[in-house]
Amino acid sequence: MRNTWAIMKKELKIYFSSPTAYIVISLFLLLAGFMYYVIISNFSLLSLRAGNNPYFSSHLSLNQSVYIPFFSNAAVVLLLLLPILTMRLFAEEKRQRTEELLFTLPLTNTQIILGKYLAAVTVLLLMIVATTPYVFYPFTIAKPELAPVLTGYLGLFLLGSSFISFGLFASSLTENQIVAAVFSFAILLLLWLIYWLTYVTSFMGDFLKFISFFGHFDNLTKGVIDTADIAYYISFTLVGLFLTYAVLEVKRWWR
Amino acid sequence: MIRAENLTKYYGNIRAVEDLTMEVPDGTILGFLGPNGAGKTTTMRMLTGYTTPTRGRALIEGIDIQREPLKAKRLIGYLPEVPPLYPELKVSSFLDFVAEVKGLRGKKKKEEIDRVISQAGLEKVAHRRIRNLSKGYRQRVGIAQAILAEPRVLILDEPTIGLDPKEILEIRSLIKSLGGQRTVILSTHILQEVTSICDSIAIINEGRLIEFGKIKEVEEKYGSTSLEEVYISAISRGGEA
Repeated sequence: MRNTWAIMKKELKIYFSSPTAYIVISLFLLLAGFMYYVIISNFSLLSLRAGNNPYFSSHLSLNQSVYIPFFSNAAVVLLLLLPILTMRLFAEEKRQRTEELLFTLPLTNTQIILGKYLAAVTVLLLMIVATTPYVFYPFTIAKPELAPVLTGYLGLFLLGSSFISFGLFASSLTENQIVAAVFSFAILLLLWLIYWLTYVTSFMGDFLKFISFFGHFDNLTKGVIDTADIAYYISFTLVGLFLTYAVLEVKRWWR
Repeated sequence: MIRAENLTKYYGNIRAVEDLTMEVPDGTILGFLGPNGAGKTTTMRMLTGYTTPTRGRALIEGIDIQREPLKAKRLIGYLPEVPPLYPELKVSSFLDFVAEVKGLRGKKKKEEIDRVISQAGLEKVAHRRIRNLSKGYRQRVGIAQAILAEPRVLILDEPTIGLDPKEILEIRSLIKSLGGQRTVILSTHILQEVTSICDSIAIINEGRLIEFGKIKEVEEKYGSTSLEEVYISAISRGGEA
């Protein structure tokens, strides 16, 4: 536990003494803020027009028209940026030859993996918490439903954690950070979009829908907490961490 | 005590180390000699548990490093060939990380870090980022992390490489002062270094251990008082064998 904490602290220090964390966090805030601005401006135009039409205005919902699209867009930005955050975690240890220290200190592979994973998750938490001031601002002037916003955040966090665990695995495969980032980005995008196959084939339709990120996230932005969705993200994360562990164990024989 | 039993490492069909057996008693400072590519680094990596041997085993104070890696690794301080440093970190945070992993906490940790900073002569650079340090200072940070937490066994892969003559003398006297209480293996190409700080030598060539013992005994065996002559004739003989 203490060793995991030591690794996590080290990774966080490296994140924040190099441009990586600052760039990833600020670009996320820029993109998410831009999307939020466009979505909410559009909504306020709509509600101005709806002022004359009681039927239309009774159907206007901040949750429907602002929060759901915002969380879906923010999720795509996470898909773009989190591989940049995770790419260095193992690749750089190999390139800098610091893994020779890491693997000869009294540490277990589990401690190393968890420490690195938790450091990236901490940065993710900072990223999404930093959006709360503007996301919760409409609550001061209107009465949207709170629950779907909270579950939306839970969704972003779970989705981001899965991306991180896969990114960690990608980083353990190579000593080239770019390769790690491109690989995790491409595979995560594929997993996101794999449900498209259900449009053209009925083969394993339910399975394809189940393994895609897409449907599971959708439910959460609507305020629906389904244990199947939570279990999906947790299992995805565990599989990513386990694959990383397997890579470290196999690589032990090649050193 | 460090014990290697039939240590063997193959990379595919390429032999790096073959059937290396030796026992380094407590308090010995062993100079590990051999041409480039002879298998010194691979041997040291197997002793520290970084590399998994194809055959054989390495014992640190009687503990098999592959079977009980955590227990054995707690007893080792290791300086690899390339000092393993995180360029983004400050010297003090780097040493803090290593100290925590080696199990030091609180006041004890602080005292240990201060001790190695002064022993390795790092006072002036303790709060600088490693990326801004000269090669000599980086090497010294590498040595500092190895001696942190007073490990019973020290394995140093070319500890004085890249240092200036004054630094070399300082580090040599540091290593010498560590002997007696600890078991040290250091690899080097500087034979003068071996005569000045080591009491035993091991010579390795083409993956095989060809000479092992107290410096005097080995010199007597070759009927020479110059380690240089001993080394050259051992290497050329070993090549024929």
